[in-house]
Amino acid sequence: MSEMTDKTLCEIRDGVAKGEFTAVEVATSFNAAVAEAGALNAFIVATPEAALDAAQKVDAARAAGQPLGKLAGVPIGMKDLFATRDVQTSAASKILAGFKPQYESTVSQKLWDAGAGLLGKLNLDQFAMGSSNESSAFGPVVSPWRRAGEDKALTPGGSSGGSSAAVAARLCPAATGTDTGGSIRQPAAFTGTTGIKPTYGRCSRWGIVAFASSLDQAGPMARNVADCAVMLEAMAGFDEKDATSLDLPVPEWAANLNADLRGKKVGIPKEYRLDGLNADVAKAWEQGIAWLKDAGAEVVDISLPHTQYALATYYIIAPAEASSNLARYDGVRYGLRELPDGANLQEMYAATRAAGFGDEVKRRILIGTYVLSAGYYDAYYTKAQKVRALIARDFEEAFKQVDVILTPTAPTSAYALGEKSNPIDMYLGDVFSVPPSLAGLPAMSVPAGLDAGGLPLGLQIVGRPFDEQGVLNAGLAIEQRAQFAAKPEKWW
Amino acid sequence: MSVDTATVAKIASLARIKVSEAEVAAMVPELNGILDFVEQLSQVDTDGVEPMTAVIPNVLRLRADVVNAIPETGGDKRDAVLANAPAAEHGFFGVPKVIE
Amino acid sequence: MSNYRIQGATGEWEVVIGLEVHAQITTQAKLFSGSATAFGAEPNSQVSLVDAAMPGMLPVPNAECIRQAVRTGLAIKAQINKYSRFDRKNYFYADLPQGYQISQLYHPIVGEGELLISLDDKNPDADTKVIGIERIHVEQDAGKLMHDQHPTMSYVDLNRSGVALMEIVSRPDMRSPAEAGAYLAKLRSILRYVGSCDGNMDQGSMRADVNVSVRRPGDEFGTRTETKNVNSVRFVMAVVESEAKRQVALIEDGGQVVQETRLYDPDRNETRSMRSKEDAHDYRYFPDPDLLPLVLEDGFIEECRASLPELPDAKRARYVGELGLSAYNAGVLTAEVETARWFEALLAATAKAQGKGEADVAKQASNWLLSEFFGALNKLSKDLHSSPIGPEAAAELLALVGNGTISGTIAKQVLEKMFETGDGAGVIVEREGLKQTNDTGAIEAAIADILAKNADKVEQYKGGKEALFGFFVGQTMKAMQGKANPQIINELLKKALA
Ligand SMILES: [Mg+2]
Ligand SMILES: [Zn+2]
Repeated sequence: MSEMTDKTLCEIRDGVAKGEFTAVEVATSFNAAVAEAGALNAFIVATPEAALDAAQKVDAARAAGQPLGKLAGVPIGMKDLFATRDVQTSAASKILAGFKPQYESTVSQKLWDAGAGLLGKLNLDQFAMGSSNESSAFGPVVSPWRRAGEDKALTPGGSSGGSSAAVAARLCPAATGTDTGGSIRQPAAFTGTTGIKPTYGRCSRWGIVAFASSLDQAGPMARNVADCAVMLEAMAGFDEKDATSLDLPVPEWAANLNADLRGKKVGIPKEYRLDGLNADVAKAWEQGIAWLKDAGAEVVDISLPHTQYALATYYIIAPAEASSNLARYDGVRYGLRELPDGANLQEMYAATRAAGFGDEVKRRILIGTYVLSAGYYDAYYTKAQKVRALIARDFEEAFKQVDVILTPTAPTSAYALGEKSNPIDMYLGDVFSVPPSLAGLPAMSVPAGLDAGGLPLGLQIVGRPFDEQGVLNAGLAIEQRAQFAAKPEKWW
Repeated sequence: MSVDTATVAKIASLARIKVSEAEVAAMVPELNGILDFVEQLSQVDTDGVEPMTAVIPNVLRLRADVVNAIPETGGDKRDAVLANAPAAEHGFFGVPKVIE
Repeated sequence: MSNYRIQGATGEWEVVIGLEVHAQITTQAKLFSGSATAFGAEPNSQVSLVDAAMPGMLPVPNAECIRQAVRTGLAIKAQINKYSRFDRKNYFYADLPQGYQISQLYHPIVGEGELLISLDDKNPDADTKVIGIERIHVEQDAGKLMHDQHPTMSYVDLNRSGVALMEIVSRPDMRSPAEAGAYLAKLRSILRYVGSCDGNMDQGSMRADVNVSVRRPGDEFGTRTETKNVNSVRFVMAVVESEAKRQVALIEDGGQVVQETRLYDPDRNETRSMRSKEDAHDYRYFPDPDLLPLVLEDGFIEECRASLPELPDAKRARYVGELGLSAYNAGVLTAEVETARWFEALLAATAKAQGKGEADVAKQASNWLLSEFFGALNKLSKDLHSSPIGPEAAAELLALVGNGTISGTIAKQVLEKMFETGDGAGVIVEREGLKQTNDTGAIEAAIADILAKNADKVEQYKGGKEALFGFFVGQTMKAMQGKANPQIINELLKKALA
């Protein structure tokens, strides 16, 4: 069955549609792969029955000659930040252990409506706070990749680390991710997979456990650009239940994919050439520039002068929003309740939240509480929103000259679990992915090759607001030239 | 700006997260590390800059005043909202007694 | 206008009052979700996933709440802010599922406005004062906690959670319990005219946070306390009085007023400190990232303006100026929107029935409404809202008096019969033979009889005791069983006594 799990999303969809194999065969193969992959810890909950059930419906619809959805017969993994009806939705936190929503997130519902099936809920950094998946209350996800000649457990990136690991290990052809400051792109880069964060507002946030509302965006993670385009079409779209949802039609990104970049301009921001940038990463970036030139694009040096302040801005705004978004986890209506003997209401809150939240979540809640508190609000939060406006303006200026921007996705390849014990070191890993998030821009990561240690590296393409097509096209141009075929050797 | 143990204890209380003294002591340098890091924003000249309000230029959309217009966000959901409650009692959420 | 002073042991004190009124906006659905807002539903039945703050739920604002807030702002001549935002007010409490209330701190939808209050009902223009209104913002209501159902638990009902409120914040411009009471009553009246709040204070649709401080007359403001959720005009006045006295006694005893939240206990007529909300002072307000800025178009604001009804002050002035009513009557008729509506319907119907202009029948209609009709309703413990008859039926009755078909005395009986049977005035008059007689012969005969029987009184009358004229009228009317035309009795009596 290994051949089946090697197929891409489009291959599966087309094969099912043509009757080359059944959706049930597909689901069975992936269910088996998931069942075997416990060592990766990519899934918090596996739902083989749900996958089979969806597959049977697709097969029945096909047999009845009914029209099939965009993702008919494609089983997927769902980041455990999306509410799924009657299936535990935990955000990888103890505070939501056992929580079974009585509702379905807009994005997951759209995927089911398109004929996809649920293989299970994917592990992640707790409340999507983290870049290595180590903050999960269910233990870290282990990357299927290993550095050449080593068997040290590596991070699959984060926060969508379960998603990236599962796609890379062929446990699912595609998975959902969410991206607040790079949580789709960085794990994609670390695992040799492809992922796109669309323009803020493209995908409804309704039913996705909120981390930082002004930054959170859902997106697909898959094996290639075309698969991402197809899946994003199914995920995106106006939702009247989300007041920040973009009231725009969903373009036919997949049908309009075009790797011919003649007439396009690609910006290379000088501020991203960090001192001491990892040589392999720098090399991959140079290679990417060459590929885009080869695809016909003109390469232009640009400046994004406020880049260096993006991380500091992000680490004020995201925790501030999170501190408020996570106030609802209080042990009253769902999830964990810690009620020490004789505790009053406020003591119950404090005990519940102390027991339910992990260290990184607590850290961010405290930072966020502090920067919003009386006397500090203007110095931190208002200041950060002003700098954020400047960062967005930098991009706006740049996009007057260029169509897309090319950068590395992350400053390094995957590192070992436990390697980054200092939170700031961890935060620095988001240096390239955070600025576009602050500006709400579409951005994707595509595999560019392997570093000297045999680990994947990704390149990030950033586009204008609403121009996912431009981003996907540039991604496709790189994909066609990178011919990235490496896959982790199965050790699990 | 930096925080001391008293401030961290106060923030933790404001955030309703119970912390031991040892935890507070451990958090002080961590939080100060982060605050030092974000301190660099004070170097940025933001005179005359409006704080960002909408990531993508967009204004607030309003909905019509209709009860249960969208089933998912309508009322009459007593069972659904109580389904996961740690102490659902006679159609209410139970909490430790509050003296007002 | 008011010179209200508290006499302390050390001298006089002035009280300074500001009110924050929470008014439930009249809508079908909640501010940010589609649940219903009707009062008195089963616990947690009118709750959506949004109101219960389930993970991943998002707010989408109700357009009607915005429209009503703008209309209310226009009614108090306030500045309407074309750019406003929703902020989060963060604190932990069991009635607040999100852990924050969505409100508007930094950019409220309505800015500075004002309200004219009057302290003299008899002469509403004599003793007036303008109370400044700082702002109106739109926000969510909280749920409800019940403490009596269980020995160790409180129960949470989220039916009210997310219901739309306007918070109307006055300037600290009031100086006496009477001013505070008049302000709340006038505000309620305007809200009900506008239709933005039903003003049902006993159902919690309107309640006031009463900010009170005391000072030596003319000094700087003192430290204020805030007494929460006071739900009647009477209680607001009582809170001001008792809280001001408490503060004066405290200060004169060498103590200091603490800025704090207090609760009013109507049974003991005193306020007490609310410890449960003590440590919630740092609300960490910031713009709600789930909601974009609210931008109002000029056209929308103009539509709101055009939709406003005539408001009580304008209406009262018109009643006096155009209808010739007394200031007192005009004040009573316009204080409540229902009364004014009823009166105007009565006026229109009366004018039509009598083929006259409204100004020509206004006095008749208003006097009858305020004395006869209210008196009759009162006897039945009813009000206009529960009145058994409507303005059309009343106009028919008034027309019968106006054209001399029945007398005012008979009209009282007819009204009673109308209440009992629901029949029209004409039908009753016909059926019961209550038509007034203009038969001068019969009246003359009755007069002759009465004068003969009361020769002594005739003597006295002729001797100058003219007040006896009324006695003869009454006797004649009695003899005629109330059905004689009083005009004719007058004329014939004068002739007979001449
Ligand atoms: Mg208040
Ligand atoms: Zn309020």
